[in-house]
Amino acid sequence: MTATSLEAPPSKRFSLGGLLKTRELGIVLALTLLVAYTAIDNSRFLSGQSIRDNLLNTAILAVMATGQAIVVITRNIDLSVGSVLGISAFAVATLMSNNQDLPMIVALLAGLAIGAVAGLVNGVLVRYGKVPALVVTLGTLYIYRGITYSWAGGSQVNADELPRHFLTFANDSILGVPWLVLIALVVIAAGSVMMRNYRIGRELYAIGSSPPAAELAGIKVARNLLTAFVLSGALAGLAGVLYAARFGTVDAAAGNGMELNVVAAVVVGGVAVFGGSGSVWGAALGALLLTVIGSALAVLDINQFWQQAIVGALIILAICADRLVAVRIARSLRKRDAHV
Amino acid sequence: MSDIDLDQRPANNRSAVLKSRLTSWDSIILVLTVLVLIIASFTVDNFGTSRNFTFMVLDLLPIILIALPMTMIIVTGEIDLSVASTLGLTSSMMGWLWNQGLSIESIIPLCIVIGAICGVVNGFLITGLGLPSLAVTIGTLALYRGLAFVVLGDGAVADFPWNYTGWVTGTIGDGAVPNVLILIVVLALIFGIVQHATPFGRSLYAIGANAQAAHFSGIRVARTKFWLYVASGAVAGLVGVLWTLRYSSARADNGAGLELAVVAAVLLGGVSIFGGKGSLPGVLGGVVLLTALQNALRLEDVSGQALNIVTGSLLVLSVLLPNVTSAVRGNWHRRKLRQASATSAQ
Amino acid sequence: MLRSPRTLLSVTSAALLVAGLTACGGTTKDSASNTSGGGQSAAAADPNAAVKEGLKIAFLPKQLNNPYSDVETGGGKVAVEELKGEYKLVGPNDASASSQVSYINTLIQQQQDVIVVAANDPNAVCPSLNQARAAKIKVITFDSDASKDCRDAFINQATTEGIGQSLAKMALEQAGGEGEIAVLSATPNATNQNSWIEVMKEELKKPEYSKLKLVKVAYGNDDDQKSFQEAQGLLQSYPNLKAIVAPTTVGIAAAARYISSSSYKGKVAVTGLGLPNQMREYVKDDTVKKFALWNPADIGYLAAFAGANMASGKITGAQGEKFTAGKLGEYTIGADGEIVLGPPTEFTKENIDQFNF
Repeated sequence: MTATSLEAPPSKRFSLGGLLKTRELGIVLALTLLVAYTAIDNSRFLSGQSIRDNLLNTAILAVMATGQAIVVITRNIDLSVGSVLGISAFAVATLMSNNQDLPMIVALLAGLAIGAVAGLVNGVLVRYGKVPALVVTLGTLYIYRGITYSWAGGSQVNADELPRHFLTFANDSILGVPWLVLIALVVIAAGSVMMRNYRIGRELYAIGSSPPAAELAGIKVARNLLTAFVLSGALAGLAGVLYAARFGTVDAAAGNGMELNVVAAVVVGGVAVFGGSGSVWGAALGALLLTVIGSALAVLDINQFWQQAIVGALIILAICADRLVAVRIARSLRKRDAHV
Repeated sequence: MSDIDLDQRPANNRSAVLKSRLTSWDSIILVLTVLVLIIASFTVDNFGTSRNFTFMVLDLLPIILIALPMTMIIVTGEIDLSVASTLGLTSSMMGWLWNQGLSIESIIPLCIVIGAICGVVNGFLITGLGLPSLAVTIGTLALYRGLAFVVLGDGAVADFPWNYTGWVTGTIGDGAVPNVLILIVVLALIFGIVQHATPFGRSLYAIGANAQAAHFSGIRVARTKFWLYVASGAVAGLVGVLWTLRYSSARADNGAGLELAVVAAVLLGGVSIFGGKGSLPGVLGGVVLLTALQNALRLEDVSGQALNIVTGSLLVLSVLLPNVTSAVRGNWHRRKLRQASATSAQ
Repeated sequence: MLRSPRTLLSVTSAALLVAGLTACGGTTKDSASNTSGGGQSAAAADPNAAVKEGLKIAFLPKQLNNPYSDVETGGGKVAVEELKGEYKLVGPNDASASSQVSYINTLIQQQQDVIVVAANDPNAVCPSLNQARAAKIKVITFDSDASKDCRDAFINQATTEGIGQSLAKMALEQAGGEGEIAVLSATPNATNQNSWIEVMKEELKKPEYSKLKLVKVAYGNDDDQKSFQEAQGLLQSYPNLKAIVAPTTVGIAAAARYISSSSYKGKVAVTGLGLPNQMREYVKDDTVKKFALWNPADIGYLAAFAGANMASGKITGAQGEKFTAGKLGEYTIGADGEIVLGPPTEFTKENIDQFNF
């Protein structure tokens, strides 16, 4: 619970913006430093191929982080995203290998639909079952993964069984931008605009700041929460299609454990775990930062084992920074109130 | 976490309904556990044998031990997701120290202390800096596991002395009772007494129900939580040692993903994720239920995949069912009231 | 929590005290004598005994959803049917060291006659395997060996030397006789891969390999995505790389997939050990010119026959004993209970369509 929810309405937009600016600027700064340092050590880090690889690797994580950010902003969490990615990736890969002529758009829609259904189940259980999101999505993390395992039964879909156009989708590009990256950018942009400028977005922030207050203010909490979970599920499903297209080989373990990376990206990107603050594009930046750290370590020839420890330290640093900013804002607000 | 999430609960006659709900869920779990054990012994071949009992105790050892402090932490409305990584880090350190030539007798206490230090870090970040425990322990989950890999890489240390590894997998006098069962019983008794029969234990429920109220009534909220995290870390360290000895293999990836199994077992045992309610017997029942089900299904050649579905469904149902029944009961109660008022009006 | 630094201090000092107290005297790495118990007294082999029917033979691969393991156990299933036994396949979903133990315990409870296991960790499975042997279950390892003292025989796909030399030879050919090469392996503690890489390194010291330079051994952990990213990292770190040698089916497929879709195609060769079905696409689009593998189905087949012969008392696992393995013919048990399958097959564009596994 950050102090932002305590602010008076007129000053809200201004200082909320200020807070976000500092957080996201911090990530951009860290990213720039990291890239500069790595590029000085090995100039190939800035080569076209390398930038392309980094963006391609970020795309899937960023799509999932977008959905997760929306859910976390409402003071919930969706731990099932890794399993939703798995079930969608496997379903779509099976679908495409059985029907070689299906166009790509069908694959994308199928992934979105599967994910949306999975998200709807989460949302219904959270809202109408009154089961905390952490418990529901921890449960469905097991359930969705179990369904995928039982269905796949140890089989896997190989690259040579998938239609050509499906595989090349991951590498094809228009105007030099790979499709995968383009989709991610569209998702992030749409998510950002929705959260910033549309009524539903502002309502989601309000729910995250104080659920009972939002209810009292006449916001349709149920419908909004369902929307948030369906979006998170659908985006994880979309990520599953992108995963299948990018990696070609899909088994039931696809995306296993990915939920932690996604939550990490969101937290590093400045979305407070107790809801009400943060932004979608901040979460996407978080995803980019985590991916670039991974590849920078490989290029700098630093022991790959450090990667996870660094990510952990970064998460803690990020929440410390959030706390610091929140405390400072609360103090300045108190001062202002005292003058009035 | 608790003071914020409290307000998400339905506001109607909270405590009374919750209390009855809680006691009933505890007993449901315990009855269910006994039922599963009895049915499985009669219907599943080789389930009720003494050897299978030993295997089951060994399988539930890590979950049950870590669940003891975890129950207390969740009762106060917090969470510790870093336990399995603490386990991995102590396992790595154990292998590394052993390679450095330290004696096993000094490594074991050292490892428990290392676990405790991991808990100190968590406790400081959460109670000292006031950071949310969910985010902090997701961070340290990555951090400790990462450090475990830094210490030992992907290698394994395996040459631990036979008398220690043998003790962990062995039974008392080569009978049916595994040695580690003593450890489980002793620790469960200690934690059970502390949680259910001391002022400290009662203060945990007060903190979980309303941290601010607890603070104003003189409970040292921060300090209590801090020591819970230290205890959680120390137990995770101990389990890291036991894990390493059981598999005679110190590896950085030991116990990966165990935190979810522990949290699932605790919640299944009837502890509320919002804090303030739950009991240790319920949790012990939850752990035994999960392990026995998995064991029986595996003996019946049900694939590990299906186990995932069973675990997940049980977890959701454990919270969903009490909610649904109380809602139905509430409806029925209201309707009765309405009928009563209607008849009296006539 | 202003007190916590002091708490930390007192905890640490307590730790040091404990360590100090117990440091003198105790069991250390050097003093520990490792005599792991278990096992069974070797009964004399009876070469004339008949192979029993109805034997319960269980396969426990490293993990279930791995296409390579599927082919291996598929071969085992065929053999068990030929032997008129009961086939069973169990296994964990992840290739972690400890997850196999619960399955071994279950197989002991179910009183199988033979357990055919590919060990994820040579030591972690040992106590359980010895319990199995104490319960008169024969333990055959395949694919990845457990410690010698906790199994009865090991089916080796090929001699370590043979594979290491073959890898070095293919690397030399593919790199065009000189330049930098890198290895993309499985996990850093994978028993097989490490011993092959060792032989390969020895081989590279020979004069005919003097122009070949091994710049890095990377580890993809037999995880598709990780291997893919490691391949990517190799090419960024070593711009002059000529060839990637991946002695694991997951690694070679991931490396080939990355190269075939990147600008490095045609410049960097990929070779190693792979499955024809997974590699067919990359062989046909010329990303991969040549790779090698034994027939994994034969490994499972041979393991089932070895297990059945042992459970029937025909062999005990001692060096020099002979047995017949169906269509594969006669095999002789080597030192330390090793049974070698035979030399690996090399696959190229010309012959790859003759294989389907």
